[in-house]
This record gives sequence, C-alpha cells and structure tokens, in this order.
Amino acid sequence: MSILLETILKAVMFVVLALAGFAYTTWIERRLISRMQSRIGPNRVGPQGLLQPVAEGLKLIFKESITPAQADKFVYMLAPMLAVIPALALFAVIPISNHSFFNLAGGVDTAVLYVLAILGTAVYGIALAGWSSNNKYATLGGLRAAAQVISYELAMSLALVAVVLMAGSASMNVIIEKQLPGNILGWFIFRQPIAAALFAITALAELARSPFDLVEAEQELTAGYMTEYGGMKFALFFMSEYVKMIALSGLFTVFFLGGWSGPFVGDSWPLGLVYFSIKVLLCLMVMVWVRATLPRFRYDKLMAFGWKRLLPIALANVVITAALIAFGVPGYK
Amino acid sequence: MNWKTTFRKLTRIPLGFYTVLQQTLRKPVTVQYPEQTRPMVPRFRGRHHLKRYDNGLERCIGCALCAAACPADAIYVEAGENTNDARFSPGERYSQTYEINMLRCIFCGYCEDACPTNAIVLEPIEFPTGYSREAMIYTKSMLLESPPINVPATPQVTEPGKFDRSIVPFPPIDQQA
Ligand code: SF4
Ligand code: SF4
Repeated sequence: MSILLETILKAVMFVVLALAGFAYTTWIERRLISRMQSRIGPNRVGPQGLLQPVAEGLKLIFKESITPAQADKFVYMLAPMLAVIPALALFAVIPISNHSFFNLAGGVDTAVLYVLAILGTAVYGIALAGWSSNNKYATLGGLRAAAQVISYELAMSLALVAVVLMAGSASMNVIIEKQLPGNILGWFIFRQPIAAALFAITALAELARSPFDLVEAEQELTAGYMTEYGGMKFALFFMSEYVKMIALSGLFTVFFLGGWSGPFVGDSWPLGLVYFSIKVLLCLMVMVWVRATLPRFRYDKLMAFGWKRLLPIALANVVITAALIAFGVPGYK
Repeated sequence: MNWKTTFRKLTRIPLGFYTVLQQTLRKPVTVQYPEQTRPMVPRFRGRHHLKRYDNGLERCIGCALCAAACPADAIYVEAGENTNDARFSPGERYSQTYEINMLRCIFCGYCEDACPTNAIVLEPIEFPTGYSREAMIYTKSMLLESPPINVPATPQVTEPGKFDRSIVPFPPIDQQA
C-alpha cells in the first residue's frame, strides 16, 4: 500500500516538474533565440518576461475550442492526449537525482527498451491528428512525422545498443553508475562519441525540431499536423513537443553526460538535482542553438540521410564497440 | 553526393554554429519601443497633430476633406457652427469631433495633402502605442496642439466680421487687420 502511495506521489511530482519545465523551456527558447537573431525577445510580462508562459497559458484557455465540421470528432479529440501522454511517460525512467525519491523506475532492467517503445508510440498522436482533421496540410504533416520517426528510430536504437553494450545493462541506474569512475572522462560522450552524435541527431529528428522540422514546415504545410487545432488542444501538442524536448535532453544526460553525477554528489541528493538540471539546460540550449543555425532538410535528403548515412554508421559503431569490449581495450571494460 | 563532399559540408557546420554564437554575444539591434526610440528624420510621418494659428484659433474648419482622402477610412469628423461669441476657427464651421483610429491609419499622409488649411500635420514624435483598441482612437483633445504662450485657447470671443471666411490665401488669417 505504502509503495503504491509513494509511486503515485513520485509520479505526480515528475508530471508537475515536467509541466513547470515545459513552461520555462518555452521562455528560455524564446529569449535565447531572440538573442541569437539580434532581437530582445519577450520581456514585458513580469520581470524579464518570466510570466510570459503564464499569460500565454491563460490566453489559450480562453480561446474558443473549434472542431472542424469535416473532422473525425473522436479521433480529433483523442490525438492531443495521445501526443502528451507518451511525452510525460518518458520521465518514468529518468533518474533525476541519486536519492530514490527522484527515481521512479530508472532501475528496471528494460528502461532503455521502454524509452524506445514510448518514443515509437508518441508518433500516433501526431499521425492521428493529421489524419483526423481532414486537411491536406495536416495529413501530409502527419504522414511525414510517421515516416521520419520510423526512419530515425532505427539509428537511435542502434546508438543506444552501443550504450547498453558499454554499461552491460539496459537499466538507467547501471548506465549512470558505469559512468562514475571518478573523472569526467568516464562519461559515455567521451567513450562513445559516435553514439552520442547519432543519438543527438536522431533525437532532433524524433522531436521534429529544426533542422528536421518537416512535420510542421511552415512554408509548405502551414502548421503541419496541428493546422486545425486551436486553444487548449493546440496547447497540448505544444506541451508534448516541449516535454519531449526536456525528456530527450534528460535521456541524453543519462546516457552520455553521466546523469546526476558530479563532484561531491556522493551523499547530498540536492546536488545531484542541480547537476542534472544544469546538464539538461545545456542540452536544451544546444537545441535552440541548432534551431537558430541550421536550415531545414529537403524531404528526400532527410530520408537518404537517415537510411544511407546514419544507419550504416550506427551499425558500424555497434560492431566496433562490441569488438573493443570483447578485446578488453582499456576504457571499454 | 559522395562521402567526400559530405565531409566537406560537415566541416562547414561548426563554422555556422560559431557565427550564431558570435551573434548571440552582440547587443540586439532592436530597441525597447516606445521607451526607447530610434532617431527619426524631420519629415518622418509619425503621429498626427492638429495645428493652430498664432492667434490661438484652430486651423481645422471641419470640412472632412481629410476623411474623404483617407484610404484607410481612419478619420471621423463632425462639424459644429462657429459664432462670434464662441469661435473655434475662422469661418462658419469647426470640427466638433475629430477622431483618428490609429489602428487603421497607415501613415500615408494623404490627410495632410487634402487639408485646405494645413491643419493636420504628421510629425516625427509620439508614435502611438497602446494595449487596447479604445486607447488607440485618438480624440480631438489628444491631437490638438496647445495654443502659443500668452494666447487664449478656443473658444474665443471675436469681433463680428473679422473671421468670416474659412480660407484666406494672403495675408494669413491671424495677420489680417
Ligand atoms: S495618414 Fe493616411 S491613413 Fe492615416 S489618417 Fe491620414 S490619410 Fe488616413
Ligand atoms: S483637418 Fe483639414 S481637411 Fe480635415 S476636417 Fe480639418 S480642415 Fe478639413
């Protein structure tokens, strides 16, 4: 009974953290990208514009909720929820500190598989949204999302296979522990740079963020799969995108940046929380930096890049990693 | 595309990232309008002003030619009758109501061109900003200039026969005997 209660409490805490993180990720992104584009950015609502996300949320709540006459009503209502739930569910396996209260299910032996499965289901929300709103732009956006996620999932899985090989387990706790041998060089980003790069690229593709944002390419598809959505239903899609952004930053931190590890973290869990937040924040900032820098891929190039470049590299990386571990090269066992 | 060109292109990407980073550390080129403004040239068409003659009478005679000329239909004029006991402008009529909807105005300056008395002028100051639609409708009291120093405001009490005509090309109205 008490275990059930504890789990529910933890889950609620994770959801609240994710939603607060969502609100302020939008703020960070908007302020940062403004500076990158030589603008000032939102700074009117509250000090430094810190209340801007609140204002936007209130605005979206009071918008009229319109359902297109030709839409498939049930699926149309269901799609935003199908998009948000997997995004939030990703947090279940991300340990955000070394205290057990901040670790919902990071210890299960299938954590990495769980991440891949949830990321796969996340595309249903988008594809169904595109299909049910009965709009050609939305449909194209949804189809593109499905194709893109399937193509890049393979390379992502193979990048994670290398990580699992290094750690010898698919449990997040073990993966973090294996990166703890005292110094920063223990992090998998230094021992598995190719896997880290592959994961970063495929994560951007899974998120449909620039330069892989063909799903909502404004110039071609208006707003892509969410063209017909407004008010809180739109906000849910927006939320799912940013929550997924935070979750994948968290996963990158766990897989390659040593999770909550850092100096003096041993017996003080708040420090672990701080280290984890800093690392996630850095990942988020890099994502904004990428968005400000790179132009969008052309659709055929996106597919070619995923299948003809990333997939062979990921396969070779798995083979090489396996060989290095089998021969016991220092640093790899 | 082969591996070699791919590699060459990949080496360009860090360069792009560096450029963006440089840009981030620079001062933004935009300013905090309206607290801060950029320098404006003297003939910049900013907010409208309703002018007065040197004797304090309003130039606007309520003819609504500006409203007719306005391509955005932003001006609303309602004329009132002048009397010698309460005179606002030379001639028979003055503008009782004069409103410009700054949200519709496109700052083309056609109203200036249309005005027979040069009453309305767009000047490079106080460009309108606001949070509500109501705040963006500028009424006559907001647009009208204050009279010159030591000159009474309108309405004025004037001698009969002195300001009978609305438009007198020469000499200017306030210098007539
Ligand atoms: S500036 Fe142009 S748009 Fe504005 S009030 Fe005058 S005529 Fe109308
Ligand atoms: S501003 Fe000029 S054109 Fe407009 S009503 Fe007054 S006198 Fe006539």
